[in-house]
Amino acid sequence: MTVKYEKTKGLTDKPLSYCPGCTHGIVHKLVGESLVELDILDRAIAIASVGCSVFSYQFFNCDAQQAPHGRACAEATGIKRVLPDNIVFTYQGDGDLASIGIAETIHAANRGENITVIFINNAIYGMTGGQMAPTSLIGQKTTTSQDGRNQADHGNPIKISEMFKTIEGVAYLERVAVNNPKNVIRAKKAIKKAFKYQKEKRGFTMIEVLSSCPVNWGMKPVDALKWIESDMIPNYPLGVFKDKGADDEKN
Amino acid sequence: MAKVLMKGNEAIALAAIKGGVDAFYGYPITPQNEVPEYLSKHLLANGKVFLQAESEVAAINMVYGAAGAGKRVMTSSSSPGIALKQEGISYIAAAELPCVIVSVMRGGPGLGGIQPSQADYYQATRGGGNGDYQLIVYAPESIQETIDIMKESFDIADYYRNPVMVLVDGLIGQMMESVDFDKPVKERFLPEKDWATNGTMNHPGKRNIANSLQIDPKALEQHNIHLQEKYNTVKKNEVRYELINFDDPEYVIVAYGTMARICRSAIELLEKEGISVGMIRPISLFPYPKEAFAKIPDKAKGILTCELSQGQMLDDVLIANNGKHKVGFFGRSGGMLPDPEEIVEAIKNFNERVVK
Ligand SMILES: Cc1ncc(C[n+]2csc(CCOP(=O)(O)OP(=O)(O)O)c2C)c(N)n1
Ligand code: SF4
Repeated sequence: MTVKYEKTKGLTDKPLSYCPGCTHGIVHKLVGESLVELDILDRAIAIASVGCSVFSYQFFNCDAQQAPHGRACAEATGIKRVLPDNIVFTYQGDGDLASIGIAETIHAANRGENITVIFINNAIYGMTGGQMAPTSLIGQKTTTSQDGRNQADHGNPIKISEMFKTIEGVAYLERVAVNNPKNVIRAKKAIKKAFKYQKEKRGFTMIEVLSSCPVNWGMKPVDALKWIESDMIPNYPLGVFKDKGADDEKN
Repeated sequence: MAKVLMKGNEAIALAAIKGGVDAFYGYPITPQNEVPEYLSKHLLANGKVFLQAESEVAAINMVYGAAGAGKRVMTSSSSPGIALKQEGISYIAAAELPCVIVSVMRGGPGLGGIQPSQADYYQATRGGGNGDYQLIVYAPESIQETIDIMKESFDIADYYRNPVMVLVDGLIGQMMESVDFDKPVKERFLPEKDWATNGTMNHPGKRNIANSLQIDPKALEQHNIHLQEKYNTVKKNEVRYELINFDDPEYVIVAYGTMARICRSAIELLEKEGISVGMIRPISLFPYPKEAFAKIPDKAKGILTCELSQGQMLDDVLIANNGKHKVGFFGRSGGMLPDPEEIVEAIKNFNERVVK
């Protein structure tokens, strides 16, 4: 019997805690695979944040720390400064990164901390039951914007990759989605590249992943994937926002 | 090294280096700025880590990260900054990570002022963070004592896997004294940090995790019980205090830090007037030196708690006294320092000072 497919050694055998149809699990797999393929799993330290991925320290098959809400990039900075040869990454939701942890994230990026941030943008607060996130779309109904998000009351959805593009310390920045096989393959390439850049000590790397939350969007899993395509991607265009490696080659 | 003349804050910084600090993360605030300034120069020059964070919130979480990675880490701040650090402090205590936190108190509440104060006794000993946790808190009264405690605090933090707070005030931070950095530190057996999150390559076959999440209430209660057992060991082993002028005192003063220095002068003045006053000077605030109170003679007329606050340590004095003697209070706050004569007056008019 030949083995056609094996679960990545980058993840533990602990069953994932995510809802059926949630794409958090896919992103975990892509991170795990990247760590194994780059042969950095045994020097990796994961930072789990507060949100649905709070238990991710149980899933990534490496050392880990669990950070207070929003503080993952500060914790990662603390580790990376004392262990510069280790691989340090955070895994954060949009409430965690784009709301309560925006200061920690911007400053880590601005210092060019040599860490990798996996940023899950699902346009909602999943864990606490579907409240509005800074990334929720205009018109999106959430438990705290029941008539739909509107600009006058809530401001516009915050575009993290567009913002971070302007920061000098950022070495690699791409927005990807995990709503279909083609996009998953692109997401994998992006995540792996981010870790490769960290291995090469190029600076701050972040991958924004458009991810589904069928439960709090009130959709069937398949419809949630379609909504990423129809509603999220037009608001959050996919692509490479910054690639210092490619820029270096050009120059 | 022979004796050198040094400013308190700089002495704190040098003592931290002597104590083996690997990394400092902090955010500027008066009156402790000379601590990070000194460290920025001397840590970086020696290949160690110094980082000015974007906020106290970030700084304490950097401390969490580096402490979890197994390094000797510290931060320092003052009252409003320590307030912001409470979130991280609670997580660090919960995850049982060692670190040293220097708190140079100034007047409060709110933005308050920048003059010396002791109004953060509750903040240090009761905690502003959530949950059942304790810091180990030392409150030295001189620069020499601050140096000795700073050096030892890293060992104590490692030994108990618990944050240690060194609590001083702006006066100790700013004054100068002739000091010795080479006094030996008590030897402790410090086990390997086999729990450090430094990559499984350093501990194959085992994943290390720094975490405070316990979703199962049974497990969380067990963790709380475990922490209490640790704090009880600390209470048994780490109590520190000094008894001053304790043969047959008529009154007993209880004071720590800068206030204890002022009270020493008051006691001398009172002695000249034929009034014998002793002093309990707590050096550890947690664990609080309750046992010292058993040494107060039965016939003493009362205990005067003196603080640079409106009365915070007073709670611990009342608990330790347990109704045995009359307890009075004298306090100044907001950055105002009393003259020794004010304390002399307070002792002479003790009955007006009695709170219980
Ligand atoms: C200081 C603090 N405030 C609030 C919370 C409650 N809380 C837990 S998860 C969460 C939102 C997480 O949302 P997000 O980061 O978008 O991740 P998701 O759950 O969607 O994956 C909040 C507000 C907390 N744990 N700590
Ligand atoms: S609540 Fe949403 S984001 Fe969280 S696990 Fe469920 S589907 Fe995924």
